[in-house]
Amino acid sequence: MIAAIVALSALAGVAGLLLGFAAVRFKVEGDPIVDKIDAILPQTQCGQCGYAGCRPYAEAIAAGEADINQCPPGGEAGIVALAELLGRDPKPLNPEHGREKPKMVAVIDEQSCIGCTLCIQACPVDAILGAAKHMHTVIARECTGCELCVAPCPVDCIHMVPIAETITSWKWTCPIADTEVRPSVDRAAA
Amino acid sequence: MSRLFPFHGGLKTVRHKTESNQQAIRPAPVPRRLVVPLRQHIGAIAKPLVQPGDRVLKGQMIGQAEGYISAAVHAPTSGVVTALDQRPVPHPSGLADWCVTVESDGEERWVERKPVDYHRLHPSELRNLLRNAGVVGLGGAAFPSAVKLNLSGHCDRLETLILNGAECEPWITCDDRLMRERAAGIVAGLHIIAHLLEPREVLIGIEDDKPEAIAAMTAACAGTGYQVRVVPTRYPSGSVKQLVKLLTGRETPVDGLPVDVGVQCFNVATAHTIHRAVDYGEPVISRVVTVTGQVRQPGNVEALLGTPFVELVELCGGYQDGVERLIMGGPMMGFALHGDEVPVTKATNCILAASAEQLTPDRPVMPCIRCGACVDVCPANLLPQQLYWHARAKEFDKAQDYHLFSCIECGCCSYVCPSRIPLVQYYRYAKNEIWAQEKEKQKAELARQRHQARLERLEREKQEREAKLRQKAPPRSEPAVAKPTLETAVARAKTSPAPTLETTAETVNRDG
Repeated sequence: MIAAIVALSALAGVAGLLLGFAAVRFKVEGDPIVDKIDAILPQTQCGQCGYAGCRPYAEAIAAGEADINQCPPGGEAGIVALAELLGRDPKPLNPEHGREKPKMVAVIDEQSCIGCTLCIQACPVDAILGAAKHMHTVIARECTGCELCVAPCPVDCIHMVPIAETITSWKWTCPIADTEVRPSVDRAAA
Repeated sequence: MSRLFPFHGGLKTVRHKTESNQQAIRPAPVPRRLVVPLRQHIGAIAKPLVQPGDRVLKGQMIGQAEGYISAAVHAPTSGVVTALDQRPVPHPSGLADWCVTVESDGEERWVERKPVDYHRLHPSELRNLLRNAGVVGLGGAAFPSAVKLNLSGHCDRLETLILNGAECEPWITCDDRLMRERAAGIVAGLHIIAHLLEPREVLIGIEDDKPEAIAAMTAACAGTGYQVRVVPTRYPSGSVKQLVKLLTGRETPVDGLPVDVGVQCFNVATAHTIHRAVDYGEPVISRVVTVTGQVRQPGNVEALLGTPFVELVELCGGYQDGVERLIMGGPMMGFALHGDEVPVTKATNCILAASAEQLTPDRPVMPCIRCGACVDVCPANLLPQQLYWHARAKEFDKAQDYHLFSCIECGCCSYVCPSRIPLVQYYRYAKNEIWAQEKEKQKAELARQRHQARLERLEREKQEREAKLRQKAPPRSEPAVAKPTLETAVARAKTSPAPTLETTAETVNRDG
């Protein structure tokens, strides 16, 4: 009887030590699922989802506070990827948060720019170059098309322009109509 | 005769070679206006060196190679630059690209040409010369040759150098005529390539339906040690990896290049331009183009780069009735053009005016019946129908698991498909989507980093501001430490009114 109690206590002690050691040694910093969600999000930092950026939205999804269909720039492909990652059903984009649009880039009409720097402060990725009372311009390569600079402009000199197709960005199209098959959605919904 | 190592699959196609290979290469007249694209090669677009209004000489560099994988572009004739803008170029999209338009003055005045003795040049100088002469692969891919002539990082010693004269696509005969008429020049170019790469053996692969070319090349190679290897006519024996397998028995690794297994391959026309560039100092400003199909006098013409297709068609007697589509390249791997005003580029090996009967009949596409005919003909040993299912379902990662990127888009699978499924189009679509997704990912990662950097900067600025605030406020705390009395406090209030307000105003100013 006593031997059994001692043996079991010893076992429990050893197991406890091992688990305690593992908890310290293999501690996971941060929440890995947030990183995975963040990697799927398009990083436009536009805030259309209702959060302050892609990372906060990813954290909200991981915490179960936000749904997966609140990101218009990510579009349907993004929703499907999130659904696959989280083992949920894909659903259509929530229209409250906006529509899926073609890729855009912000362009400043440099003739009208008064150099107020308001757009520079609004840009989440520092893609606008300029100084107070000097002309501003958008670094097109860095612009994510988030539109956050459009509203603050007091003289309405920023316009969103769709990115034109060039020889290098042109793609072969799918020989069948786009709507004909949606297996990833169909299968997940079934 | 040495042993050959047949590759898997392939096709016997209807050849249609005799239509165009009976007459000698005709020089095309200099057109009044030449539109020279700055991107005629794989890699970065050339940087323009001229402005509208500039006078240029024949062979003068008008576009400079930018980046490692790039090639220079030259004025095909003397004249005046009239435009530097975007114009339609031969591309499946029909989109415009940057071009230099040269109005010919009809004088054909050359820039100073400097032939060099390649034995005296350092290999890197020689490669640079070829890069500045705009030498690219003329078999159709237009990959900058200088890059392929540098072995560093791939293999220590090149086993085999292959000169590709297979020309396996139906209809095309420009390499055939070139080998018949300019075999000596090709072999001279081969000497230069062999000098740079120092291979153990040099093989020249030619399909057995070109006996005249085989005879001419054999005669030109006499005494050089280069061996002409006759390969059976089987499409796509002219594709690099297939020709390497056929002649050496070596398989190119999935993610690798032939040079990784000690083999390098050049087209016969490329060897000829290397000879002209080194021994005559002439950059690449013209090429031999096969004009065939529904034209009255099909044949091969030597055209200046930038010549509109329509002028070459007229030189060959104009269109016959019933032209359904104009194709650049062969019927298997070429693409339909959106118009005939586009200019000849370094990649233009053939202009094919196809009639409805010559094209794949527009029968309706039927469902895949899993017959496996595509598997039997695939020269890359792939499973085309699996690739098809996954590409169609947009399951691109699975398509990659089936080695989508090993597909050479030769078109054998589409050719034999009894259901007429445009298989190659699906593969091109899937490849393009994967590349686009990859680019999107890179852009997103960049945006994420920039956003992160911005947040960190804002945080740092906030802390710096607070630190400054604390520094500017010492009068408040120091006397308190010394000896707080009512008198000192009143005196301080009188002498320095509201230091904190000042600092706040300053911060607001900075923010504004």
